[in-house]
Amino acid sequence: MVSELNDTKEKGKDYRSNSLFWVTLRSIVRQRSAIIGGSILIILVLVAIFAPVIAPYDPEEVLIGKEDIRKRADPCIHLLGCPEDEPQHILGVDGNVRDVFSRIIFGTRVSLFIGFSTVGFAIIVGTLLGAIGGYLGGWLDNVIMRVMDVLLAFPSLLLAIAIVTVLGRGLQNALLAIAIVSIPRYARVIRGSVLSIKEQEFVSASRALGGGHLHILFRRILPNAIPPLIVQGTLGIAAAILEAAALSFLGLGAQPPTPEWGTMLGSERNQVFTAPHLVFYPGLAIMITVLAFNLLGDGLRDAIDPRLKE
Amino acid sequence: MTQYTIRRILYSIPVLIGILVVTFVIARSIPGDPCKAMLGEKATAEVCARFNKEQGLDQPIPVQFWIYMNDVLRGDFGESIRYSRPVTIILIERLPTTIELGLTALVISVLIGIPLGVISAVKRNSLIDVFTMLIANTGVSMPVYWLGLMLAYVFALLLLDTPLWLPPSGRLTAGVIPTPFYEVWGLSVVEETFRYHVLEFFANMYLLNSLITFQWEVLRDAVKHLILPSLALSTIPLSIIARMTRSSMLEVLRQDYIRTARAKGLREWLVILKHAFRNALLPISTIIGLQLGTLFAGAVLTETIFGLAGVGRMLFEAITARDFPIVQAFTVVIAIGYVLANLLVDLSYAFIDPRIKLD
Repeated sequence: MVSELNDTKEKGKDYRSNSLFWVTLRSIVRQRSAIIGGSILIILVLVAIFAPVIAPYDPEEVLIGKEDIRKRADPCIHLLGCPEDEPQHILGVDGNVRDVFSRIIFGTRVSLFIGFSTVGFAIIVGTLLGAIGGYLGGWLDNVIMRVMDVLLAFPSLLLAIAIVTVLGRGLQNALLAIAIVSIPRYARVIRGSVLSIKEQEFVSASRALGGGHLHILFRRILPNAIPPLIVQGTLGIAAAILEAAALSFLGLGAQPPTPEWGTMLGSERNQVFTAPHLVFYPGLAIMITVLAFNLLGDGLRDAIDPRLKE
Repeated sequence: MTQYTIRRILYSIPVLIGILVVTFVIARSIPGDPCKAMLGEKATAEVCARFNKEQGLDQPIPVQFWIYMNDVLRGDFGESIRYSRPVTIILIERLPTTIELGLTALVISVLIGIPLGVISAVKRNSLIDVFTMLIANTGVSMPVYWLGLMLAYVFALLLLDTPLWLPPSGRLTAGVIPTPFYEVWGLSVVEETFRYHVLEFFANMYLLNSLITFQWEVLRDAVKHLILPSLALSTIPLSIIARMTRSSMLEVLRQDYIRTARAKGLREWLVILKHAFRNALLPISTIIGLQLGTLFAGAVLTETIFGLAGVGRMLFEAITARDFPIVQAFTVVIAIGYVLANLLVDLSYAFIDPRIKLD
């Protein structure tokens, strides 16, 4: 009898550490890709925060007349045998005689800002549309989802290019375009979750207790629809950064002298044969950042998706 | 099946109309007066009034949309502002480049992506699996244009004077001129007729043209020019297909009937190809259909990098030059192509999986 009681106590203890939060966190930690992606992301965030400390130069500072250095000079690292009397630029100097390393470091800020702001906007709008459509159903749902279908019928980069043409070039408009283009993804995910959750018993219970529509939708249904949204959002940030860089590369996004990786790549693309480092490093920076979000998103999906749990 | 096909086609009609509405709205809201864009800044109010009347721009918007839809359904997209030529003709001229590039990239990504995915699923957690997934993850994260530039740098500059050298731009070396197949075959063609444009369309696909007329020199040259752009364009679809194949195969390999197949002594490759792969094919074909969008978008960037006069680059140039008849037409055609491709994928389900009855 006593031992049985002890057993129940033990189980009670286990119960707490088996709450959804801990189970999820543990399975996330078990995902190798989530750990790698998350670690790179933490480093990137630190780089963005401490950019002024890390970067040896102002990213927009033109060094003509300040240093004895030529346009598009190759990387010069003193530790690797570059003569001590030459100024050190570990990733070289660009066509306007600016330090590439400093520009890439500051570019981290721009890219992370692009990723979070566009996806944040798209998630808010997409969630509202998808949740309202899924919850209310009927003609409103039909209209919303058909509009989403039409938006999805365009390759996203093309639609973003077209929207930027209407709004005018510039980083802000490019961000808006990418956000608009990615709304359907989130609307669909949320609508799917809302449709399945609204049939569950705890929702009926809440309704029976007299909960209003807003209360049921925002306090009961939506919190349960968040996990797939986090996965979609993380992967979405990767896509947004890649698309924003492509727009900037084409000259439609961030304008010079903003230290944006796509812009840096685009403005030096004709120099690829003479100064390949000016093309290589910004692209590498884009790739690492996008890779971090992709790995994290994949890991989160594997951790959250119950189908993949053994 | 026929019933399903018809219904599925009917379902795509609202989406197609939606595409027309969106492109119409976008083209109409591009800042700037179309009259001034077409006739120059010095056009007087009177001239502009006449121009607007001729173009139907003085009509109410719904009427304008109706006229526009009628024109589009007849394949008439108006005239390009920059080139003063019918947009449809320009489209026919530009499409072959993009189709050739896109199809080659798609073939590369399917031929490499699917085997990679199958191997990594079968040899799960082995070195080859880890390596493949590393490549695949890097592949989806790579900017297409960056990879293109880097490939050009390596193959056109570093490998200069080696047998591995590849040209960094264009579709053919200057001086290599393909003879159109209709000339080789002695077909009589009158220039600027519909028949001429159709024949030209196929003749402009250099690979196809040189293959059916045995112009091996041209074929070799065209292939050499196509390798770098299609490699660059194929990375993202290849990675996505490889990843999808892997996860789809892993799901299937866990099933009981795979164990049964193995237990009854079937050879392993037979189990994998006939029992597992066949059943894993459904999600893979869906993802392949979705890649067409990636390919179209990638074509804008790849064609810009590699100096190819295709639809993607034309569209981008037209947007920067505010040549909106071209923007409208190209966007409509690309979006319609995308919708139709996905329709085909949907219909192919019945062939891939006989359990799916489409009705």
